[in-house]
Amino acid sequence: MPKGQTLGMGELETVENRPFETAPFAKGAIAANEKRDDIVVLTADLGKYTDVYPFRDRFPDRFYNVGMAEQALVTVAAGLSRTGWTAYCTTYGAFATRRAHDFLAIACAHGGANVKMFAGNPGLTTGYGGTHQAIEDLALMRAVPDMTVIDPCDATEMRQIAEQAGEIDGTVYCRLLRGNVPVVFDPATYKFELGKAKRFGDGADIGFISTGFMTERCLDAARDLARMGVKASVLHCATIKPFDRDGVAEFAASVDKVVTAENHVLIGGLTSVVLDALQEASILKPMLKIGIPDRFIECGSIPYLQNKYGLTAERVRDSVADWLGVRAEAAE
Amino acid sequence: MLVQAVGKGQGYLGQGLGLAEFFSVLYFHELKYDPQDPHAKNRDRFYMSTGHYSIALWAVLAEIGYIPKDMLPTYGADESPLEMSTIEGRVPGVEMTGGSLGHGLGIAVGAALGLRLKGSQSRVFVETSDGELQEGSTWEAATAAAAFKCDNLVAFLDCNGIQADGMLVVPIEPVADKWRAFGWDVFEIDGNSLEQLVGAMQWARATRGKPKMVVMRTKPGKGIARLEAREQAHFIRVDADEWDLISRELEQENA
Repeated sequence: MPKGQTLGMGELETVENRPFETAPFAKGAIAANEKRDDIVVLTADLGKYTDVYPFRDRFPDRFYNVGMAEQALVTVAAGLSRTGWTAYCTTYGAFATRRAHDFLAIACAHGGANVKMFAGNPGLTTGYGGTHQAIEDLALMRAVPDMTVIDPCDATEMRQIAEQAGEIDGTVYCRLLRGNVPVVFDPATYKFELGKAKRFGDGADIGFISTGFMTERCLDAARDLARMGVKASVLHCATIKPFDRDGVAEFAASVDKVVTAENHVLIGGLTSVVLDALQEASILKPMLKIGIPDRFIECGSIPYLQNKYGLTAERVRDSVADWLGVRAEAAE
Repeated sequence: MLVQAVGKGQGYLGQGLGLAEFFSVLYFHELKYDPQDPHAKNRDRFYMSTGHYSIALWAVLAEIGYIPKDMLPTYGADESPLEMSTIEGRVPGVEMTGGSLGHGLGIAVGAALGLRLKGSQSRVFVETSDGELQEGSTWEAATAAAAFKCDNLVAFLDCNGIQADGMLVVPIEPVADKWRAFGWDVFEIDGNSLEQLVGAMQWARATRGKPKMVVMRTKPGKGIARLEAREQAHFIRVDADEWDLISRELEQENA
């Protein structure tokens, strides 16, 4: 893996080998307000880097930038929701969940405030190191009562969630994919449903259970594994809470082995909730867990970091091939 | 408030009594609300940021009929909605959950923006305290209120000089100057004076362009000499044999 350079702030990653869409969140938020006319968007000095400027330009009187003040961001949104508005907030997930946690929990979730937090830089989607990489945000938000938690895969899903978030009751924490976002799901046929996992394929040797952009990696890995004689299917769990326990149990029961994959530490995120669901259903399967190790990650270029920590399609494929004892080279 | 505390023998009586005049003037002179409908759309909003002052809020909500007066003795009892701290949704008229300090001012700023965006004439009132200013979120909200020119927002700062560990453990003075420096209009009063409270309400109505802060100097336990003497107590315990003495003191004062 050649080493690269950490991107400058605002530099967008290029998408190779896949169509992509730019700023799907903004498109969804604009569509939502065109329909509902009750959306306000707030940010904390990260408007440019969370794709909200198109919304601001379209609806200038519905946009507030509170400056670098995440606690104000969340409480002001909570106040706006109390006067009848649907408040979309953006900042980076690291700041939302670490710095404003009490405010998301008490000022928002406790009273069912209509606040939707769209949190950028999830997991290893930024090269800015431990301060900016939200690697434990799903765990922090999942533990908050009455909080909905979503980790979208691609531009299609991101745009749909931004469009539908106002229809979800109460407070929502959704990871934000910004910039050039790959299109993995066909917008003509894919439909995000809250709390519903989606199955792709019917291979029964390996069942990938994944969330966020790891679903893209798992779909690619499954295609490569098929060439090596391993039949795999993928279950995409965009909603971490409320979790589709029945869907996951049914899926796991239908495959020989399970691989969980998340762009998050292996503490308290997808893998934990999958294990929970399988234990409740008395399902015990051999399991490989793919996720970020329990440590703060350094700065670096995004492809470099994702490769180093095992989050690329190739690394997923190789990890599974090693685990199964099949030869990865056969796919090349 | 005494009716609430007597059963437990304790409560946030110092803070509650210290703000009795404020709550009276706010609810019976200034705040617009519908006694029949706590959720009336055109109501003014009141956010009590210091949730543990609930003892005063329960007293006033009983007085205006949102809760029955015979519920008051259940203050702090298991399963009673009259909790030691306010929980949104449990009691009509409670606009926010207030136990974690530093939330109210930001929520009030959001509500002020939300009402203005709707073209509503309703105003937003928020209560905060000197101790609560130690929470940094207060100053984030103060900055935002000035930046967004929330002149439909009136804050009341209870300067009673006490906090959980005793007298204020870090100084906040000159507190009025701090708010002015943050871009607010400031009015300082004796918070236990009905006349000055009414004057502050008039001032707030007449002042435009900036968010408004009324700095209220208050005396914890005000009105009951025996409790005023315990002004360093953040959480007051009253011995069983003292309640009769306190009641008599109060009757004499009001005779």
